[in-house]
Amino acid sequence: MNEVAVIGFARSDRSVTTSGVETLVPVFEQALGQAGLGRREIDFWCSGSSDYLAGRAFSFVSAVDAIGAVPPICESHVEMDAAWALYEAYVKILAGEAETALVYGFGKGTAGELDRVLALQLDPYTVAPLWPDATGVAALQARLALDAGMFSERDMALVAAQREEASCVEALLDRPYTSMPLREHDAARVADGASAVVLAAADRVRGRRAAWISGIAHRVDPQGLGERDLTAVPSATGAARAAGLGADVDVVALHAPFTHQELLLLRALGLPRSTRRCPFPAHAMFSAGLSRIGAAAGEVMSGRAATAAAHATSGPALQQNLVVVLEA
Amino acid sequence: MRRAAVLGTGQTRHGTRRTDVSMTGLCREAIDRALADAGTDWSQIDAVVLGKAPDLFEGVMMPELFLAASIGAAGKPLLRVHTAGSVGGATAIVATSLVRAGVHRRVLAVAFEKQSESNAMWALSIQPPFSAPITAGAGGYFAPHIRSYIRRSGAPSHIGAMVAVKDRRNGALNPYAHLRQPEITLESVQESRMLWDPIRFDETCPSSDGACAVVIGDEAAASSSDRQVAWIRATAMRTEPTFYSGKDHVNPRAGAEAAAALWAAAGIKDPLNEVDVAELYVPFSWFEPMWLENVGFVRPGQGWKFVESGETSRDGCLPVNPSGGVLCSNPIGASGLLRFAEAAMQVMGRAGEHQVTGAATALGHAYGGGSQFFSMWVVGRNP
Amino acid sequence: MDTLSAPLTIAFDYTRSLGPVLGRFMAGLRERRVLGGRTSDGRVHVPPLEYDPVTLTPVTDLVEVSPTGTVVTWTWTDHPREGQPLDRPFGWALIRLDGADTALLHAVDAGSAEVMRTGMRVRIRWAVDRTGHINDIECFEPGDGPPAQDARDGQPAQTARDGPQAQTAREPVTIMTTPIRLHYRHTTSAEEDGYLRALADGRIIGQRCPACRKVYVPPRVCPACGIAPDEVVPVADRGTVTTFCVVNVPFAGQRLTPPYVVAQVLLDGADIPVPHLILGVPAEAVRMGLRVAAVWRDRSAWATTPENIDHFEPSGEPDAPYESFAEHL
Repeated sequence: MNEVAVIGFARSDRSVTTSGVETLVPVFEQALGQAGLGRREIDFWCSGSSDYLAGRAFSFVSAVDAIGAVPPICESHVEMDAAWALYEAYVKILAGEAETALVYGFGKGTAGELDRVLALQLDPYTVAPLWPDATGVAALQARLALDAGMFSERDMALVAAQREEASCVEALLDRPYTSMPLREHDAARVADGASAVVLAAADRVRGRRAAWISGIAHRVDPQGLGERDLTAVPSATGAARAAGLGADVDVVALHAPFTHQELLLLRALGLPRSTRRCPFPAHAMFSAGLSRIGAAAGEVMSGRAATAAAHATSGPALQQNLVVVLEA
Repeated sequence: MRRAAVLGTGQTRHGTRRTDVSMTGLCREAIDRALADAGTDWSQIDAVVLGKAPDLFEGVMMPELFLAASIGAAGKPLLRVHTAGSVGGATAIVATSLVRAGVHRRVLAVAFEKQSESNAMWALSIQPPFSAPITAGAGGYFAPHIRSYIRRSGAPSHIGAMVAVKDRRNGALNPYAHLRQPEITLESVQESRMLWDPIRFDETCPSSDGACAVVIGDEAAASSSDRQVAWIRATAMRTEPTFYSGKDHVNPRAGAEAAAALWAAAGIKDPLNEVDVAELYVPFSWFEPMWLENVGFVRPGQGWKFVESGETSRDGCLPVNPSGGVLCSNPIGASGLLRFAEAAMQVMGRAGEHQVTGAATALGHAYGGGSQFFSMWVVGRNP
Repeated sequence: MDTLSAPLTIAFDYTRSLGPVLGRFMAGLRERRVLGGRTSDGRVHVPPLEYDPVTLTPVTDLVEVSPTGTVVTWTWTDHPREGQPLDRPFGWALIRLDGADTALLHAVDAGSAEVMRTGMRVRIRWAVDRTGHINDIECFEPGDGPPAQDARDGQPAQTARDGPQAQTAREPVTIMTTPIRLHYRHTTSAEEDGYLRALADGRIIGQRCPACRKVYVPPRVCPACGIAPDEVVPVADRGTVTTFCVVNVPFAGQRLTPPYVVAQVLLDGADIPVPHLILGVPAEAVRMGLRVAAVWRDRSAWATTPENIDHFEPSGEPDAPYESFAEHL
């Protein structure tokens, strides 16, 4: 029996300050409006963001101002993509500690040099001091997969063409490399943004449009870039299995910052390349994963799909992965 | 609701500079002790929750990622919690929810801070452009609130020093404490340097490297333990904004409401009589009387009188911080989990020399940000 | 119109304590030796792991591996970034050193991307000044056989033939310094922007929350209601000290010389205090309820910054009664 459902979602790619406050106010309004709930009807608030994205300690603290937390609220925060905040909120509802939750993520990825900032996710003793750029790290992964014959640069361009719609594969392959074997189109555009998802327990869903969470799980792999097989994504496979993801899912929303990662993820998740995929418009750090869940839920809530899956990733070279399976 | 219990706890020796270990080694020192205390091996841990305060303190973005394999999280779910100073408490509460939801049987909660990798004061004093250069430091943020408390309650100036003496002497009984000062006296505290008037040097917490870990299990795991466990009777978290017009910085509403929810959930009607020992998050000694009032042990304005009467000492009616508390050890991200763990150690009867005799019900308390994030739990010898 | 924005750089030299395994690894690099960690399954990891990935027990067995190895995967960067090992175009590669079972990440000074390929043989180029840091490996260079420098500077290459005594005789590195320097662009909100532009005119403005009607200075989304403010309200440049602190202590990041008084000042017309300096009066004479007025810098120095107000000092008015500010403590 399903116990928790998504009943509201909103996102914005407008970002003003690194605190996220100005962006979040209308996003909350929109998500709550879709859910048909007032903000005082939310039992638990949970967010995901990063101090290093903002360049300031305790950067998530001011985002609380967007909630209007007087009287005080029940609230928590993960220093992760907000997809994991959704997991925390889901657990709170399962545990009977809340019946409704609003989950939000925000980040201003363009405020800093993201490619350098993300180097600080790597081993602080032997890797981070070299300042490997995030694109370079992804490129190392892409080449391993290409060398292993798992797919071609053309396959990667095809993924990009689907994302950019208008692009033609031949034209993309004529573009220069940015970090061999990656070209500009292989990296999702970094964006600013915020998103919010409203969750409710079965009793509170009632007549509302809902996408029921039939399974959700996440796993992490060891980080060492030279330690793990970068072409396999065991944490994604493990999460998919635990979430009950089937190869026959109607549509999937993948969080793949690079084209080759989308192809690696399809394999790891056991999905055929023919699986319909929600477009990944841009990579809004720390809300992107949550937005994938919102997009998949939207497919179900609109009736376009009976089943949908969403995926979120975190860390270098797909180190940490979360999978949600949703159904009507 | 499903029951959950603390099966075991572990902590590091806390110190200014633990240069003998890496961040990994620091975490493992606490984790290995917690696993041993819980009688649990790695294969029994289903998930890991890691708590830590700002990443700028260590200069590592989301350090749980590089730590994942060494803290036994590889192939498992790993969550990273960050709720400012209350994060240690929030970490334990998230782990508790994972068990109560029936998702996992045993969850490892670990929190750490390695302050010696940088300088917390630096990290907290980074000033964005367009802001006024009015930095006062961590103590400078809270000192005005203490002044307000003194003004509002009419507390005499020696109360802060009394708390400092009590906590530092308690810390001398705790082998893991950073500061251990059995010789400290009221006079020596009052003669120590005034840092952020009205806060004196001996009334402030140290800056520590340290970690803490707890293993939380479900009812079956607790029943199969051959040692006393600490049953988690209730948890509570509340948040309010840093500043808003009319905010009470002395007696913050979020703290009071978290405590009220906590006592209600635990079925506790008279906290002062029903709780045997409290580990309160007291980074500046004056916060002991303030929190005693805020969580409802005594009425507003009465906290300092309760302290003055000696009732919060180890042989008082409500021993507060028998471990020495944050005033003796402050690895920021771990400080909240230490409060929660020390509460559990008391009811498990495993607090060593600082054990409060007969402790059956204990409060663990943490707060963070501008007195705005509160997390608490009540643990008991019985469910 | 874009709101005001400005660069923000955060920089600190982090001091990383290394612990027993990494401490020996870094000491090895200082001596131009690469040590790997052998785990329970017999595999040799370079860099060494502190804990065995299978048994989770501490790794203690360090063995020397070759400074020469094979590229497992690579990429090429035409535009080196701040902090990277080389300042000219170079390749990143995962390199499995001979004798190791895992690969380490480093830069390859290959001159051109055309030289790079999977499976190519590379060797370490040691840094001239070595301190016990991952940067003691300056980079890798194409080539088989021992690093050229070992012959060039006349010193014999340090190899396993030194035996275990040589290894234990060398003190592990305790601390490794890692400078971190990041650049951001800080952008103001529309409300903050308006506030700063008013300050540049010598005015202080607040904004009123349409729900609770409170006036916030500086203006912002009402934290109590979560609603954007609307009506702009002029606020006086004088007010009441609600509470304060005398800062006597020097600390990192401090921009003033102690002792100084930082007070919460409730400006007339505002519903929330702002922190500011109180000067022009001995610290011991500052009190709750003291009436103060802003001391502006010389008009010629005004800009879009709160620093236009240098400090506050007593206005000479009688103290405000406690009740008038009690709800702002």
